[in-house]
Amino acid sequence: MKRFLLPLIIFLVMVGFLAVGLHLDPREVPSPLVGKPAPAFDLPLLDQPEKTFSPKQMLGQVWLLNVWASWCVACREEHPLLVALSKAKLVPIYGMDYKDTRAEAQQWLNEGGNPYAANAMDIDGRVGIDYGVYGVPETYVIDKSGVIVYKQIGPITEQVLSNKIMPLVERLQAQ
Amino acid sequence: MKLNLLVRFMIGFFLLQSVLSSAEEARPLQADVVVEAQVQRLSEELRCLVCQNQTIADSHAELAQDLKQEIREMAAKGMSDQAIIDYLVARYGDFVRYRPPLKASTLLLWLGPFALMLAGAIGLVVMLRRREKMLADKPLTAVEARKVRELLDKDS
Repeated sequence: MKRFLLPLIIFLVMVGFLAVGLHLDPREVPSPLVGKPAPAFDLPLLDQPEKTFSPKQMLGQVWLLNVWASWCVACREEHPLLVALSKAKLVPIYGMDYKDTRAEAQQWLNEGGNPYAANAMDIDGRVGIDYGVYGVPETYVIDKSGVIVYKQIGPITEQVLSNKIMPLVERLQAQ
Repeated sequence: MKLNLLVRFMIGFFLLQSVLSSAEEARPLQADVVVEAQVQRLSEELRCLVCQNQTIADSHAELAQDLKQEIREMAAKGMSDQAIIDYLVARYGDFVRYRPPLKASTLLLWLGPFALMLAGAIGLVVMLRRREKMLADKPLTAVEARKVRELLDKDS
């Protein structure tokens, strides 16, 4: 009996590691930007190209920066949630339209609804690099002093919204 | 004879085509050679975050192309390798480096394989020692000696 004990223990340890590995998402890379000030930018707006949006304008408010694009399939998944969130008026959502064209972005918002207070156009993806964007959609929670507190990589789900983002936003707003 | 002419014509055609197609490739300027070498060197050190198991040099993902362009511009400005890598690590984290730095959080990654090898070596030594003891000559007991004699006698 004893000679089977060691292989059994090794097997169980391996099963343990594999079980944990199955639940890890390799696409979720911890962002070094969490805890740092949101990188500055000054980008033209989607609907008013002569005006620009800059994170500086949001100092004193807790806000969400949602990176999206009309070509992004996963963005469609989270879009109804964003629309519902904007209707609840709990936190302002600003969009960064990543590597997109104005016409397609406009059309997309006309179809699915527009949850954004404003949209900044990052047409060449430069600002996206500053924010470490590598998989659209990505969402940043930014506090009153302009510091990134949380980064969601991939679509926001109901679970993430109610368990992580909203409690965080409420806590930050109370500060 | 006619076939021969056709073959010659075809060979000539292909030769001409290869000359023409090689003429289309642009030759980089002298200043660009240094920059391009730096871009190439760096993009082999950096991970494409979209495909994850490819370097930026190997990847055709759009983000990889953008990052290569960004590196090219920084290199053209005369930034050092280290400065460019620091710039990207500040945005994408250590994961962007194909060779992760030796830090407290990466200690297991760096030393893990050696630790496993050491554990294997110790296990092997222990096992060999144990086997040696088992194989060592032991005098036969009286019962065993009788059995051996019986078996040998039966044969002859």
